[in-house]
Amino acid sequence: MVDNLLVIRGLNKHFGGIVATENVNLEVEKGLIHAIIGPNGAGKTTLIAQLSGQIRPDSGEIEFGGHDITGYSTARRAREGLARSFQITSVVMPMTLLQNVMLAVQGTSGHSFRFWAPVADDSEMEAAAMDSLAVVGLDDRADRIAANVSHGEQRQLEVAMALAMKPRMLLLDEPMAGMGKEEGAMMVETLNRLKGDMTILLVEHDMDAVFSLADRLSVLVNGHIIATDTVENIRNNAEVQKAYLGDSHA
Amino acid sequence: MDWSLLITQLLNGLQLGLLLFLLASGLTLIFGIMDFINLSHGSFYMIGAYFCGSVVAKSGSFLAGIIFGLAGMFAIGALVEWFIARKLYRADHLDHVLVTFGLILVFDTLVHLIWGAAGMAIPLPDALNGQITLGSLVFPVYRLLIIFSGLIVAAILFILVTRTRLGMLIRAGASNRTMVEALGININRLFLIVFALGAAMAGLAGMLIAPITEASIGMGNDIIIVAFVVVIVGGIGSVKGAFYAALILGLIDTMSRSYLDALLKLAMPVTYAETAAPALSAMLIYILMAAVLAFRPQGLFPPAGMK
Amino acid sequence: MSWLPQSVSGRIYASLLLILAPAPFFFEWINQPFYLDLLSRALILAIAAISLNLILGFGGMVSLGHAAYIGIGAYCVGIPSYYDYYNGWLHLGLALSVSASFALLTGAISLRTKGVYFIMITMAFSQMVFFILLSLEEYGADDGLVIYSRSEFPAWLSMDSSTSLYYWIFGLLLLSLFFIHRLVNARFGRVIVGSKFNEQRMQALGFNTYRYRLVCYVISAMICALAGMLLGNFAGFISPDMISWARSGELIFMVIIGGVGSFFGPLVGTIAFVLLEEFLSLITVYWHLIFGLMLIALVLFGKGGIHGWLSLLDRRGGGHG
Repeated sequence: MVDNLLVIRGLNKHFGGIVATENVNLEVEKGLIHAIIGPNGAGKTTLIAQLSGQIRPDSGEIEFGGHDITGYSTARRAREGLARSFQITSVVMPMTLLQNVMLAVQGTSGHSFRFWAPVADDSEMEAAAMDSLAVVGLDDRADRIAANVSHGEQRQLEVAMALAMKPRMLLLDEPMAGMGKEEGAMMVETLNRLKGDMTILLVEHDMDAVFSLADRLSVLVNGHIIATDTVENIRNNAEVQKAYLGDSHA
Repeated sequence: MDWSLLITQLLNGLQLGLLLFLLASGLTLIFGIMDFINLSHGSFYMIGAYFCGSVVAKSGSFLAGIIFGLAGMFAIGALVEWFIARKLYRADHLDHVLVTFGLILVFDTLVHLIWGAAGMAIPLPDALNGQITLGSLVFPVYRLLIIFSGLIVAAILFILVTRTRLGMLIRAGASNRTMVEALGININRLFLIVFALGAAMAGLAGMLIAPITEASIGMGNDIIIVAFVVVIVGGIGSVKGAFYAALILGLIDTMSRSYLDALLKLAMPVTYAETAAPALSAMLIYILMAAVLAFRPQGLFPPAGMK
Repeated sequence: MSWLPQSVSGRIYASLLLILAPAPFFFEWINQPFYLDLLSRALILAIAAISLNLILGFGGMVSLGHAAYIGIGAYCVGIPSYYDYYNGWLHLGLALSVSASFALLTGAISLRTKGVYFIMITMAFSQMVFFILLSLEEYGADDGLVIYSRSEFPAWLSMDSSTSLYYWIFGLLLLSLFFIHRLVNARFGRVIVGSKFNEQRMQALGFNTYRYRLVCYVISAMICALAGMLLGNFAGFISPDMISWARSGELIFMVIIGGVGSFFGPLVGTIAFVLLEEFLSLITVYWHLIFGLMLIALVLFGKGGIHGWLSLLDRRGGGHG
């Protein structure tokens, strides 16, 4: 019996006359890294936005851990254990790396209507945040201001924040966007460390990274998923090669 | 029902609405195109009135006052854009609020320095001082002139915005600034013209009202808030929206002041109605604005292509 | 001693509080009761500015209608007194509950909007309060209302003398500073500050930012109403003019002079504002011109206000805080 953490059924989204998502069906198995690839404009960003709750689909449903979350707000989905990172770096720039990750811990540990006790004295929360920073290798720079670290480090911070939410699933939107070779390799290493323990839905342009990381691949073309299979089979799928690999690897 | 009173009030509402439109049309364009909040737009209204009054006092001609007043306001608007507003387009809205709040203080004091603390009356030519009598209806000629010229300016502005190249750029700028920049248009000059034009129209409103109310320091500071309400209700950046919203708000404000107590008396004891009516009528436009913001934040008539 | 402020600016602020504490006795000694009045008014407005800074500086919510809460607090003293109800606890309770209810209602609507719209809608709501008070003939309409006697508290809490009223003001000032300091550094404050810089991210982290902002807005309104309650007692006179949008603009001005988003900024900003207003108006009737030019210069050139300038001393001195 396959244990699916995320199930998407018949998802549709139109903007005016433009089809962004067309009858998308997808199952993400628990514990696997499932990557979504597709040419530019295939609708990957719109799909992610619907999964994280920023955009409501026109029809279809999203089931997470056995619950229908289609009508949930972004915040509620996050509390249910669906954590995301952003394609364009989105952290709280004037805060330190540690403070950023502590916010992530705070977001999923009960309500924050606590008006008195200083967060800085909360050693438990700090320890949890430091653990996440250690996973991405930023624990030695915890007190640096987010705005002052490199782009690659900010991308790692994004992942650390998502991890600190103790999610059941990570939604990573192009974690390697804008990274150099070295920084990209570090990110692959980080994600490899998570492999097996964490369910990850990964949207990524970097094909080498995807092929080395993913357990399963889905190919999105024109808002529609044309194939879902293992990496090996996708590589040899003629239709996929024609639709996607052919023109981008020219 | 007293029909002549009703018609008189409708005309008064129309007059207020058109004055509001003169203020709000510039405000909404500056807001929509430059994303700039200009609290001191009401100062242009005040300075216009003083300009016009000075020229009338020297020349004895009201028409000369209007013409020189318009030219002067266009120049002042251009100067404010050039030296101050331009530096702030990319700053956040808080900075706009602060700087233009400072400008209000500066302009109010400058008027005080130049023209003194007392108000300035503007005499009208005899031809405009009369009244028109139609049966039981009596209406001052000058008020009809305000309505007439308000409609003319509105028509000119519509033609300018919908039929000319400048208007095309203005409309494009209101809905999509990046596009205009991408077209390689001299965006600085466009901004300068829009700002100066807005100042001239606000000044015109002040010139038109001053013969009735006198020009006085701070005269623009209350009406500018109502003009902002017009802009929000009409949809930021929309001249058409500003026109409809200005007329709606002008009519609501005038009519509620004269008829709301009668209406409330139908529903509640007379003493309560007499207390509640003035409060409610003064609040009505703000309630309308809050409702628009809560349920249709883009305004009633947002410019096409705006999100 | 680690509990002493480490930074230069921190030491300056601490000294300021130490100077403010015995002020009534000093002014009595030099026989200048006028200065005590001036200082009392400054500190009352400082409480209002501190409350505005909570939403404006820490939360990024630019309200152009905060003076409404000063007015609400003041009328919660004035109207009961008009009917001969002088009980101070009643006044205090009314000020807090009426301001909280009004803030909850209007905040719930206002906070659905962002940016310019928030500025305008908060202003619109304060104009509504302004016009309601303006039309209440019973309570003096635009002539305002004279309050003949101060709120009555038990003897040890009396605010009858100008000295005891000063300590009411000073005490509430310290309390608001301390409370907001705790608030901002607690979990709640982190959410508020985080939402100012990156609301989308905060939502993705699981925070319902709307609710946190609304609570923050209500807290700020209640603190501001305390300032209003004190102002009613201090001035002995209330009028709708306390609420006009120009007053709200001045409150923002005070926060900006001092430094947005710093704990002591609004305090020093307000003191500077009131002193400047007082002394400039002695020199010339055209003092608004200087004020206006200062405000423009402050935005164009003087980022960070007084707190920003003092922090430069910190960096030079190598301290932190």
